Amino acid sequence: MRWLLKFWDSTVGKKVVMGVTGIGLMAFLLVHMAGNLQMFLGADAMRRYAELLRTSEELLWVARLGLIGMAVLHIVAALQLTAINAKARPEGYARKVPQVSTLASRTMRLGGILLAAFIVYHLGHLTLGWFHPALVHLQPYGNVIIGFRSPLVVAFYVVAMFFLGLHLFHGAWAGFRTLGLAKRSAEPLQRAFALWFAVIVSAGFALIPIAVYLGILA
Amino acid sequence: MNLTLHVWRQPAPGQPGRIVDYPAPDISPDMSFLEMLDVVNERLIERGEEPIAFDHDCREGICGSCGLMINGAAHGPMKLTTACQLHMRSFKDGDEIWIEPWRAKAFPVVKDLIVDRSAFDRIIQAGGYISAPTGTAQDANALPIGKPEADWAMDNAACIGCGACVAACPNASASLFTAAKITHLGALPQGQPERMRRALAMVDRMDLEGFGGCTLFGECQEACPKGISIDAIMQMNRDYVLASATKVEAKEWSGSA
Repeated sequence: MRWLLKFWDSTVGKKVVMGVTGIGLMAFLLVHMAGNLQMFLGADAMRRYAELLRTSEELLWVARLGLIGMAVLHIVAALQLTAINAKARPEGYARKVPQVSTLASRTMRLGGILLAAFIVYHLGHLTLGWFHPALVHLQPYGNVIIGFRSPLVVAFYVVAMFFLGLHLFHGAWAGFRTLGLAKRSAEPLQRAFALWFAVIVSAGFALIPIAVYLGILA
Repeated sequence: MNLTLHVWRQPAPGQPGRIVDYPAPDISPDMSFLEMLDVVNERLIERGEEPIAFDHDCREGICGSCGLMINGAAHGPMKLTTACQLHMRSFKDGDEIWIEPWRAKAFPVVKDLIVDRSAFDRIIQAGGYISAPTGTAQDANALPIGKPEADWAMDNAACIGCGACVAACPNASASLFTAAKITHLGALPQGQPERMRRALAMVDRMDLEGFGGCTLFGECQEACPKGISIDAIMQMNRDYVLASATKVEAKEWSGSA
């Protein structure tokens, strides 16, 4: 146990935790997105999918607690590292020009905060019904159609998915590098996999609110 | 060339500093950046003013002494080049040039553009020794090392410890430096006996010195005058995870550190 605490105390250890949890959350995003796209197969397919997820209440909670645990570890490590990094340069430069760092890498913290806010809203919207006008249990198709009636909600979802794409464009590349799982390369800043992953996942999610807004799903 | 310099002036550690503007007329494009500063300093001395203090030694790009933030880039606009090997032909007549010291809590300013980089020495010290047999050198082919491994070790051994990676990193992280030092020994058979202890001790020391963590911005690799790759950071992290998981005790057995 002591080595785990010591590991967590180091900047490398915290970053490794962020990499592991980040990759876990990436796997969740991929499955979640694929599940959501069943909206295009109609109301029956969506209801069967919802029922499938609820086959076992116990297993569902295992998955939920696992996700919450990963998100909490990811966020706590990010906050602590941000504090350490801020302290490491008390006096900044009068002039500093980013040379190769991407917009995505420089918006990880901002985007992360926005995504955390989005996740709270999203759970309150389509799972708990706090922000939903008429949430009906196990009627996901109708819930989604009604939930995306407001253009404001659609816009918020699409903006959040844009930031998710940015977050993934850096994270899906950096996570594997932090864990030392990438191959040594002459061009280590290339991130073809992360680009594809970010575009497919964020576009796959954004498709649904946009389709509802345009009346393709009704 | 006629230039305008904006230079960080700070009389002593811990004292407030500020950017001071200096006109630099009649600069030859063939001068190195440090020679340009020499000329500016001679003129300052002639006028009875305090010259600009900056670090330098070999002026051949191999010692790692010089280090300046030039127009917001560590070592200036040329890739794979230290400030001393940067020439004024990289600038245009009439340019304004901002010159600042490396900025990091672990690199306190000594004076003007000089920072104290002994934190790097302490990271090296924490790494300790390697077990190498003494006496007559063994036959060169007694210990075969593949060409890719030898190259990888050599690429990392090229680090001159100038600190540009820390200066360029938005987190003021020393990950590239520490990773290069961990990797150039860890990649070779001679470095294996202490490999795990070394990774633990050096990373711990790096954190202790108050450097930030790695966020893989990639700025360090771009700033490095020796072209050290962020791939080294993968090696450092792998070794650190492995060393932590195998519960190797990180002992600082190098004496003063």
